[in-house]
Amino acid sequence: MSVAVEAPPAANGASSSSPQYPDQYYYVDQILDRPGPRTDEAFSAGDPVKSFLREQCKILVIGAGGLGCEILANLALMGFKDIHVIDMDTIDISNLNRQFLFRPKDVGQPKATVAAEFIMKRVPGVKVTPYYGKIQDKDDDYYMQFNIVICGLDSVEARRWINATLVNLVDPENPESLKPLIDGGTEGFKGQSRVIFPTISSCYECSLDMLNKPTAFPICTIANTPRLPEHCIEWASVLEWPKVHADKKMDTDDPEHISWLYKVASKRAKEFKIEGVTWQLTQGVVKNIIPAIASTNAIIAASCCNEAFKIATTAAPFLNNYWMLIGTDGVYSYTFEHEKKSDCPVCGGETMDVEVGKGWTIERLIEWLTENQKIQIKKPSLSLGTKPIYFQAPPQLEESTRPNLEKKVHELIPEGGEVTVTASTLPFTLTLRLAFV
Amino acid sequence: MIKIWSMKKTEEAAAKKKPKTSAAQIRVQKDLTELELPSTMKTTFADPSDILNFTLTITPDEGMYKGGCFDFSFAINTNYPHEPPKVKCIPKVYHPNLDLEGNVCLNILREDWKPVLNLTSVMVGLQYLFLEPNPDDPLNKEAAEDLRRDRDAFTQNVTRTMKGGSLRGTTFDNVFKR
Ligand SMILES: [Zn+2]
Repeated sequence: MSVAVEAPPAANGASSSSPQYPDQYYYVDQILDRPGPRTDEAFSAGDPVKSFLREQCKILVIGAGGLGCEILANLALMGFKDIHVIDMDTIDISNLNRQFLFRPKDVGQPKATVAAEFIMKRVPGVKVTPYYGKIQDKDDDYYMQFNIVICGLDSVEARRWINATLVNLVDPENPESLKPLIDGGTEGFKGQSRVIFPTISSCYECSLDMLNKPTAFPICTIANTPRLPEHCIEWASVLEWPKVHADKKMDTDDPEHISWLYKVASKRAKEFKIEGVTWQLTQGVVKNIIPAIASTNAIIAASCCNEAFKIATTAAPFLNNYWMLIGTDGVYSYTFEHEKKSDCPVCGGETMDVEVGKGWTIERLIEWLTENQKIQIKKPSLSLGTKPIYFQAPPQLEESTRPNLEKKVHELIPEGGEVTVTASTLPFTLTLRLAFV
Repeated sequence: MIKIWSMKKTEEAAAKKKPKTSAAQIRVQKDLTELELPSTMKTTFADPSDILNFTLTITPDEGMYKGGCFDFSFAINTNYPHEPPKVKCIPKVYHPNLDLEGNVCLNILREDWKPVLNLTSVMVGLQYLFLEPNPDDPLNKEAAEDLRRDRDAFTQNVTRTMKGGSLRGTTFDNVFKR
């Protein structure tokens, strides 16, 4: 059998391809050189769009694991040339089956660094800037420099953090502050990709209750009637670890801790004649590792990168806004618009600018709130950051914050300070931005 | 690059910027300030400016645990409400659903937790454990066995251990001293 592949014609001098591969972007250019029936009005075919994609667009990839490797390769091959990548992990031997930018010699090295080097070596003209560390290490200025952010993470916590950070970054005075967030996630044969325009469309936090929760077994089953190897492992980690080690925290990245759990779980398994406790399973259960399927990662990463490409170039309409893939039983996929939640603690709620008189006390501010016809609030509780200003309940917090009622607002809250207001009559959170007059 | 800003202009939402308060923190504020606890439950904050860590005291006014003061520690992490609060029973109590390390067998604290549940759900669930100890989900197997076999004898054990008495070599904490 032979496969005929149309060969690209001789080099046409496309501006930004590398000397080694003059036709590097031949196929991508077919999409960018002329508008199509589905291109956006703003699409400017030819050099303008190509120069934006290849010379100006700065894209951040969060995660250089299963999804991240695929995303980095796709972006580089599509013509994104200024790519940044963040990952806090080092390469483990078990990653090598699917995280194809890594080789056995790289085990123990930071994923971000090795992935960046690999891409730059393989795809000429692409600059990948790695950061080996946590997303939380970086501040707003860092995130501000990007045009698009793509996440290939396996942690709910990290996603909630970056989602909230990008929502907070939006400044109504500055269009550049709105960073499209493309989020990919996989779990075995299932996955999803989604496009989030912070403050405009449904955010990650809005859909938190749709998430599959991590498998947890009833604690009484673990304690008394174990049937599965997982039950024995949870017995070791949930019940035995704190009993034996008291206040010493378990570190799931410490191989010695995993070995201890493995030993204890194996003994328990033997006692109950349960088979299947292994070192790998122990690590998998305590780190809540979901089996990763290379092909699911490839599909989801491809979808995320297509969206990044469409958003950067406007060559075609982008995903609005959630695509779900279920490959467990045949292949099923479903696209829908996830709706923004009005009571979302990150992107929902309302912000009000309040002009506060110099002489106002907290009590006066609360009075003003309850008398305000527009918000119709009863019994509001106020806080500034993590600090309670006045809480209606529970009794002890009411008591400890009651002295604040007498205090002047400006003694407790700085100019421009943002006060979080909750109340049972308020289905969402209200933020007050204070200005003193 | 797509012109998102023009979309944004049409959005009412455009004019706001959210504060840096974490979603978990806001949610806990909402949960706590809307708590309507019966007189049998009370919260204590070691540091009133830290609302993520506190103690709940349950003093049942009926049932076989009537009159005891049972302290539970609550620790809420930044992943709340994706993750449930971590709850431990502080005194050593003879109860089929509590073990001697303070672990609690309550389904919504583990396998049945959902983000739509809140602190009230957990507190009500804990109180229910003292009204209806459940021998079918045992953490303390001996206590569960005692309850199943002879309810009266079990009740006597409860009364004895609540005063700080010993049972089968284990000394329990006095939950009456206040
Ligand atoms: Zn939201």
